[in-house]
Amino acid sequence: MVGGNTHERGLRQSVDWRLVGVYLLLVLIGWVNIYASIHSAEPSSIFDWEVRSGKQFVWMLTAFGLGGLILFAIPTRLWEGAAVPLYLVVLLLLVIVIFVSKDVKGSHSWFEFGPVKFQPAEISKITTSLLLASVMSRQGYKLTRLKDFLLTVLTIGLPMLVIIAESETGSALVYVGFIFVLYREGFSGWWLGLIGLVILLFITTLTLSPYTSILILIGVLTVCNAFTGPRKEFWPRIAAGGGVVFVMAFVPWIWGMLQESVQAHLDWQAAVAWVPRAGETGRYLWGWLLKVKPLYLLLGIGFPALPFLGFHAFRHRDGFLGLSIAAFVIGVALVFSTDFIFDNVLQDHQRSRIEVLLGMKEDPAGVGYNVNQSKIAIGSGGLLGKGFLNGTQTTFGFVPEQSTDFIFCTVGEEWGFLGCLVVILLYVSLIVRLVLDAERCRTAFTRIYGYCVASCVFMHLFINVGMTIGLMPVIGIPLPLLSYGGSSLWAFTVLIFIFIALYRQEKKYF
Amino acid sequence: MNTDTRHTRLLIGLGVAVALLLGKIFSLQILDGRYKEDADRNSTIYEIIYPTRGVIYDREGRILVGNKVAYDIMVNPREVTAFDTLALATVLDVAPDFIRSKMDEYHRNRRKIGYQSVTMLKQVPAGTYNKFAELQYKFPGFKGQVRSIRDYPFDAGGNLLGYVSEVNQSYIDRHPGEYRSGDYAGMTGIEAAREKDLRGEKGYHIFLRNSKNQIEQPFKDGEMDQEAVPGHDIVTTIDAPLQQYGQELMQNKVGSIVAIEPSTGEILALVSSPGVHVDQLADIGKYWEEIAQNPYKPMYNRAVQASYPPGSVFKLVNGLIGLEDGVLHPSDLHSCAHGYSFGAGHKLGCHGHKSPINMEESIMMSCNAYYCYVLKDILDNRKYGGVDAGLDHWHEMVESFGFGRKLGSDFPAELSGGIPSSKTYNRAYGKGRWNSTTVISLSIGQGEILATPMHLANLCATIANRGYYYIPHIVKASEGVDIAPKYQEKQYTKVSMEHFPKVVKGMWRAVNSGAGMGGTAWIAHIDGLDVCGKTGTAQNPRGADNSVFICFAPMDNPRIAIAAYVENGGFGATYAAPMASLMVEKYLKGEVSRTDLEKRMKEANLMSRVKKD
Repeated sequence: MVGGNTHERGLRQSVDWRLVGVYLLLVLIGWVNIYASIHSAEPSSIFDWEVRSGKQFVWMLTAFGLGGLILFAIPTRLWEGAAVPLYLVVLLLLVIVIFVSKDVKGSHSWFEFGPVKFQPAEISKITTSLLLASVMSRQGYKLTRLKDFLLTVLTIGLPMLVIIAESETGSALVYVGFIFVLYREGFSGWWLGLIGLVILLFITTLTLSPYTSILILIGVLTVCNAFTGPRKEFWPRIAAGGGVVFVMAFVPWIWGMLQESVQAHLDWQAAVAWVPRAGETGRYLWGWLLKVKPLYLLLGIGFPALPFLGFHAFRHRDGFLGLSIAAFVIGVALVFSTDFIFDNVLQDHQRSRIEVLLGMKEDPAGVGYNVNQSKIAIGSGGLLGKGFLNGTQTTFGFVPEQSTDFIFCTVGEEWGFLGCLVVILLYVSLIVRLVLDAERCRTAFTRIYGYCVASCVFMHLFINVGMTIGLMPVIGIPLPLLSYGGSSLWAFTVLIFIFIALYRQEKKYF
Repeated sequence: MNTDTRHTRLLIGLGVAVALLLGKIFSLQILDGRYKEDADRNSTIYEIIYPTRGVIYDREGRILVGNKVAYDIMVNPREVTAFDTLALATVLDVAPDFIRSKMDEYHRNRRKIGYQSVTMLKQVPAGTYNKFAELQYKFPGFKGQVRSIRDYPFDAGGNLLGYVSEVNQSYIDRHPGEYRSGDYAGMTGIEAAREKDLRGEKGYHIFLRNSKNQIEQPFKDGEMDQEAVPGHDIVTTIDAPLQQYGQELMQNKVGSIVAIEPSTGEILALVSSPGVHVDQLADIGKYWEEIAQNPYKPMYNRAVQASYPPGSVFKLVNGLIGLEDGVLHPSDLHSCAHGYSFGAGHKLGCHGHKSPINMEESIMMSCNAYYCYVLKDILDNRKYGGVDAGLDHWHEMVESFGFGRKLGSDFPAELSGGIPSSKTYNRAYGKGRWNSTTVISLSIGQGEILATPMHLANLCATIANRGYYYIPHIVKASEGVDIAPKYQEKQYTKVSMEHFPKVVKGMWRAVNSGAGMGGTAWIAHIDGLDVCGKTGTAQNPRGADNSVFICFAPMDNPRIAIAAYVENGGFGATYAAPMASLMVEKYLKGEVSRTDLEKRMKEANLMSRVKKD
């Protein structure tokens, strides 16, 4: 360092201006696209207070003010110190809103004070991140210790449960992203994989069949075992598991043919009187054969094999193989309960959204309408887009909620693939910057908080963009910084600027 | 802890997730052409072409309802530039203030209207439109749109035909997916009943528009355009001159005439008076207030909706049931001393005629007492073991003639009338607290019996056919228009066909016995036509008796069966019988020789007798 041991660095060096720059760029892009999305046959100025672009301008100015306040005025100590009370206050607000709010499309999550509306779920992301960072950065915290683990799960789970009670399942899904933070802080990667596997099985069971799901389960477990086991057993394990999957893949086909011929034989016996009938037992056996589904066959072969595998695991002290056996049993149970969960646990609108997403139901005019229109809007953009304010889908309001949850449509339609690429890369640079800055931090609190922010932004990005292009079900959560709405813009501004302020604090003194 | 690898792994995961998003976006925007076509569809604009509505013909192919061309003046407020209001007003023959107020209204609703065209003036005649078309270039934003509107060559049918008008929101809601605002639909009568046949299918031209909603060119050179399909024509069973003649006879009277061809059930004429004139139908919007406020309710189709006591014509039904039950024989004699006495000092009166009489004579002279005996014998028949069961048996027999229920004609809004059963009286008097004398007025078609003129015409057709009827209907099967098979099936009554000729004989004698012989309907006699008829005089609690008459002709192979019901017309022979007879003559002979009678009927004005609601 040229200046030697300066205690404080100047603004230029201490603040991560690249982060601020990306933030500003995204907000500006959002503003321009909100203007384009409400741009109708009767153009108004982008500053017109009557319409959303003008309002967003006001929200932007206040958000910048808020950001400045956090960066320069509010002492950073406050965040760690006040994490617990802030968390509790917001949790209380989350509960209260259930009872005092009006029903908006089935959810009870908005406070209304005259013209001002805000969703405590938005702020809850901030306070949960703060408390999580605070809890996990404590002296002697170990994620593997049961008490600490439970405390962590409680911190994330409480607001999540309350938000689910508000029927805002989409917002609650964002909290799943905190698992990335846990992973970074030492949470076993296998858990991450397990959660992924559960989701995969749920989807394949619904869209394909329980049989296929179990084959996939066996396949995944085989590969995992091959990698974790001794090197010399890699290929034998792959061969054993792969062989089973390969053979079983043909069983339904062969079994179907067999059953058909048995049925044909029985029909022929019944039709032609002079053929001696099969005896009582024979008929029973034949009939029973016809009732057996390939799935039962699979389980009939699979479960007797388990004790042998278990014995093998015990003798070779192969803990992972043992875990795999448990995972297999749980997985099968999950596959069989999927239909039950789907039909009985999920709410109607969630079910129909999943059905449309998974292509189980073609419904372009109903639930699929938003997605279909949004895909059309984005798809029609092509490589370079139709140009600013030239989107036809946009102007005539084909896409609902276009300035809020579906703002990405406007980007896709008017700016094309290049526009989408730029916007997504901006988000990627925001997230990567957050992660790298967090890694550079010396205090655990700032690092963990940074990861929380990155996770939140990532979850919103993936769910929201995924929804507009039909990768995810329609979950009404905003695209951070781009979507219209003061409450969302403020929340993300505060979320990000607290990190910038914390990070600046680090750079100032280290 | 392997933190270095962990944050790298997370970043790799981020990379995979983002690659997934970008891959999907790439496939949507670059690889998949489908969504571009869909976007085209969204930015096209459909200009609707309205089909011409089907024509309604009478049974001989004469046009009852045709079409003529009119023009709507449309305006697209966004395309309007400054124009000479006064000049436009002169051309369109409206007040300048009308145009000003319309333009103000469009300005107020500009957000709602957007880029749509709205109708400023409806149904402008061709002459006015031609003047406008010459000067149209001076008024950008204004244009004419061809609309076909209804045209009525005959003043026949009125509310039988029904009117067509623009659909309102509640109509659109009741027919989801079928109509849009600006469409027309039949609202009453045949126009409503056969709306699906008449309306045709709308077509459209497709144009492309840009994001400013300016129309750029026809989409795919008009390849995808759809021509409008004209509506199917409807051939009705109506005889236009007969219908018109019936309306003339009924003018200034309240009531109804229904004529049916017995051999097919086809309705030849369905007159309801007072009715709606066709020039009112053509411009229903203008006359709507006037029609709605008329105390005689011209839109009310009495022929199928008014329930009246049938009066003495119902004696025919009771006679037939008596014959079927074996409690009446044609030769049975009953005496009548100016009525039928029952209970202590009660008497159902009758007019002066010879006594005793047999069944044929009882029809001919319309004796009340005779049918009191008949009904009493039917109800107190030991076979049924009580008046309750007896009455229910009678009810079942009566219903088989179509009474007390909707006949099932293809005419909308038909009502069912009402025939009492034991329940009716148990409710009124209590079980066991009434007997056949309590309900004795049923014998002469009074009391709790209610029937529409259509029911009576159907009774007449049934007798003309000697025991069966076809469900009366108004639409004939023609190319592209099917009618339900039920209209071609004989409907038998529960009275055997062998009994009908005896009743027919009585009806013949009522008309053809000559004046002074006691026949009640001699006035209906037409030389050489063998008219068979039965008069009725139904009590009307709201003033003078109703005049009722049914008849058919000729006696063998009848070609027309008719029922006339004139409210407050007095005796059956006073108005209903002459009118029905004139209708028969008009239909079977083509012209009417009894011009004095015709004149008297047409000029009679009974409106002052009718109580207004």
